[in-house]
Amino acid sequence: MTAAPEPRAAARPGLRRRLAGDQNRTLWFWAFVGPFFLGLLVFVYVPMGWSIWLSFYEARNTVTPTVFVGLDNYRDMLTDPAFLSSLGTFVVFAAFIVPLTLAVSLGLALMLNRVGVLRTFFRSVYFLPTACSYVVGALIWKLSIFNGVRFGLANTLMRAVGIEPVAWLSVTQPPWYWLVIVSLRLWLQVGFFMILFLAGLQRIPPVLYEAAAVDGAKPGWQTFRYITFPQLRATSVAILVLLLINAFQAFDEFYNLLANAGASGGGGYPPYARPPLVYLYYIALGNQQDFGHGSAGAVILAALIAVVTVLQAKFLGFGRRGDQ
Amino acid sequence: MVLPHAPIRTPPSTDSSWSRRRFLQTGSGLAAAGLLAACGSNTGREGATTVAAAGSGTGAATKPTLSQWYHQYGEAGTQQAVERYAAAYPDATVSVQWSPGDYDKKVAAALLTDSGPDVFEAGNGPSIDQIQSGQVVELTGILGDAAGDFTPSLIERMTWQGKLYGVPQVIDMQLLVYRKSLLEAAGLQPPTTFDELEAAAAALTTADVKGLFVGNDGGAGVLPGPVMWSVGADYLTADNQIGFTDPLVAEALGRLHGLFTSGSLLLGAPADWSDPSALVDGLTAMQWTGLWTLPALQEGLGDDFGVLPWPAYSATVGAGSVPIGAYGSAVSAKSTNPDAAKAFVKYLWVDRTEDQIDWAQSYGFHIPARTSLADQAEGLKSGPAADAVTLVEQNGHAQTPLLWTPASGTALSDAVTRIIKDGSDPAAEMATVAQTVQAELDRVAG
Repeated sequence: MTAAPEPRAAARPGLRRRLAGDQNRTLWFWAFVGPFFLGLLVFVYVPMGWSIWLSFYEARNTVTPTVFVGLDNYRDMLTDPAFLSSLGTFVVFAAFIVPLTLAVSLGLALMLNRVGVLRTFFRSVYFLPTACSYVVGALIWKLSIFNGVRFGLANTLMRAVGIEPVAWLSVTQPPWYWLVIVSLRLWLQVGFFMILFLAGLQRIPPVLYEAAAVDGAKPGWQTFRYITFPQLRATSVAILVLLLINAFQAFDEFYNLLANAGASGGGGYPPYARPPLVYLYYIALGNQQDFGHGSAGAVILAALIAVVTVLQAKFLGFGRRGDQ
Repeated sequence: MVLPHAPIRTPPSTDSSWSRRRFLQTGSGLAAAGLLAACGSNTGREGATTVAAAGSGTGAATKPTLSQWYHQYGEAGTQQAVERYAAAYPDATVSVQWSPGDYDKKVAAALLTDSGPDVFEAGNGPSIDQIQSGQVVELTGILGDAAGDFTPSLIERMTWQGKLYGVPQVIDMQLLVYRKSLLEAAGLQPPTTFDELEAAAAALTTADVKGLFVGNDGGAGVLPGPVMWSVGADYLTADNQIGFTDPLVAEALGRLHGLFTSGSLLLGAPADWSDPSALVDGLTAMQWTGLWTLPALQEGLGDDFGVLPWPAYSATVGAGSVPIGAYGSAVSAKSTNPDAAKAFVKYLWVDRTEDQIDWAQSYGFHIPARTSLADQAEGLKSGPAADAVTLVEQNGHAQTPLLWTPASGTALSDAVTRIIKDGSDPAAEMATVAQTVQAELDRVAG
C-alpha cells in the first residue's frame, strides 16, 4: 500500500497581503476611516480618559495634578446645590423641548408629505434653519426679536395690540426666558427631525393605506392613529432618544442668550437657567479652572446620559427586531 | 514639501489602481504635514532668535522672541498702538496677539500649555489661583524707583505675601452717568443717596425712556460692590476676613429688588451696561457704565451729561463709591525666556512714560496707573473726565480683593440675582454666600 501523498499546505500569504486584506479591503478601510479614527482618538477618547483621571485629583489651574483625592470631587458635585439645580434646569428644558420638537417636526413632515407642488421648496425652507449656528440664532433672538425695549420685534407686535413691552430675558416672574430659549432651539432643530420623519413616512408602503381604505378606514385621524403613527414607531423612538441627548447637551443658546456683562469677579450668568454643561463650563473652563470638580461633574453627567438613554431605549423598545 | 521616495516626475499612466495609490500616498503625506504643522503652533517665541531689527545698531546680533497677549479693546487705534510699542522695543522681537471674545478664559487655558503667551494682561492682575499654582512669574523689584509713583491700591491688588505679580497698565473705573437736561427738566438734583436715586429713576421714567439702567440683569453683575460700599461694608476686611456680614448689606441688597420691580429700570437693552448706547440712544436717563464710554458719550450727547458715584445708602449711612480696576501686565512661568519677558514689561509699563500717556489718553478715557502721569494727562483736566478722576480719589474702591476668588464671585452673583429678580430673603442668601467665601478663604489663605 502506498501512502497517499500529504495534501500540499496552502501557501501562507505574506505579511503585506495579510495586513492589506483580501483585495486590499483592509488597506482601503483604514485609508478612509483611519484619519477620522485618529481624530476621534486624539480629540475625544484621550480627553475623556484624561478627564476621568483628573476627576480623582485636586486639579486647579493644572491638568497634570499630583494630589489624589479619591472620590471627594464626586461627593462634592453630588452635594453641590448649583450642580443639582443645573440638572433641574435640564429637566424643565427637556420637558418643554422634547415633546414640542417631536410634535412639530412630525406635523411638518405630515404636511410636507401631502404637499403636491413646491415640496422641495418647502422642505428646504423648513430645513434651512438647521444650517444656522446656535450662536448666530441666539444673537438674532436676543438682539432683534426678544430684546426688552419697545422696538424689539416681539414687543413691537405686542404694542400694536396694546400689550406693554416685556423684558423677555431679564425677568424670572413670569419666566419669559423659557419661551425665548425653547422657541430658538425649536426653530433650529425642528427641520432636521422633520427630515427624519419624512424619510420614515416615505417608507410606509402605500398598500397599507389602500387596504385600510378598502376596509372602510376614514382618512385623517383614523388613518394616522392606526397606520401612520404605528409605522413611524422606530423613527419616533430614535428621535426621542436623540432629542433627550441633545437636551442634556444644551449649552449654546443658554449661554449666548443669558450671559451678562458681569463684573463682580464671577457670574455674568444667572443661576436659574444654567443647564449642566454651562455649569461645568463655569467650573472647569471658566475663571475657576477647577478641572477636578469639573471632570467629576462631566463623568456624572455622561453616566446619567448613558443610563437615561439605555432606560429610555429599553422602555420604548428601541432597536427591537420588529422595528428594523 | 517633497515626499520621500516619491518620484519627482512620473510618466502618464493608465493604471487606475496606481493612480489611487499615488493619490493616497500624497494625501497621507499632506495629512502628516498638516499634523506636524498643527503640533508646532506659532506662538511667536519657539525659543528661536531673530536678527535684530534694522536701526538697532547691533547688525547681526540676535535677540529673543516674545509673545504678548491683549484682550480686544473697543477703542479704534488701540491694536495699532500696542503693535507700535512692541515693534519699537529694541531688545526682543515681540509678536502681539489681539484676542476678541472671552480673553480671560483663553489665557487661563493657554497658561496650562507651552504655547501660551510670555507676557499677558490680566484683569486686576493675575488671580490668586494663578499665583499660588505658579503660573506667573514674580515681578518684585521691577518697578524700581517708580514704585512709589504707582497707585498704591493697584499695587496692593497685584501683590501676594509681599511679592508683586503684575504691573498696572491703566486705571479703569465704573460710575453713574446722568443726562443733565432730563434731570433739570424734572426738577431733580443729581442723587446722592439710594432713596434719591430710586425717586429720580421713578420720576424720569416715561413711556419711552426708563429712569435708570444698571445692566440687563438688574445690576446683579455690577452692583454688589457699590451696594456693600454704600453702607460702609466691603467684600473682605483689610485682614482678609469676610466683610459683608453687616445686616445693612442684606437690607441694601433687598432694596434692589424694589428697584427691579418698580418699572423704572431699563431691562433687555440690546447692548449691556458697559456700552453707552442706551444713554446715547435715549433709552434711559441715567446709566451705570464705565469711564471708557466718555468719548462716545461726548460725541453723542455733547455736554449734556454728568458723572456720579453709586450713592450712599442714606444721608447718615455709608458713602458714595466707584469701583476701580486695572489690567496688569504679567509674565507666564512657562515663558522660555522669563528674564526677557520681565525686561519687556519693565520697558513698557515702567520706563516708557510717553507711551503710557498715549495708551491712556489717545484712544479713550483712562487714567494712567502712575500718579505723575495722571497729573500730566490733559484729557483728564476738565469736564466729566476731571470729575471722574475726583471720584477715583475720593470714592474709589478696588473692584474686588485678590482673595475674592471666581467661586466667591459666582456665589455672590447668584445670590444677588435671586435677591433682585426673585425677591429671595437677602439675609439668608448672604449667609449662604458667606459659607462659600469662608471655604474659599480657607483654601487660598490657609
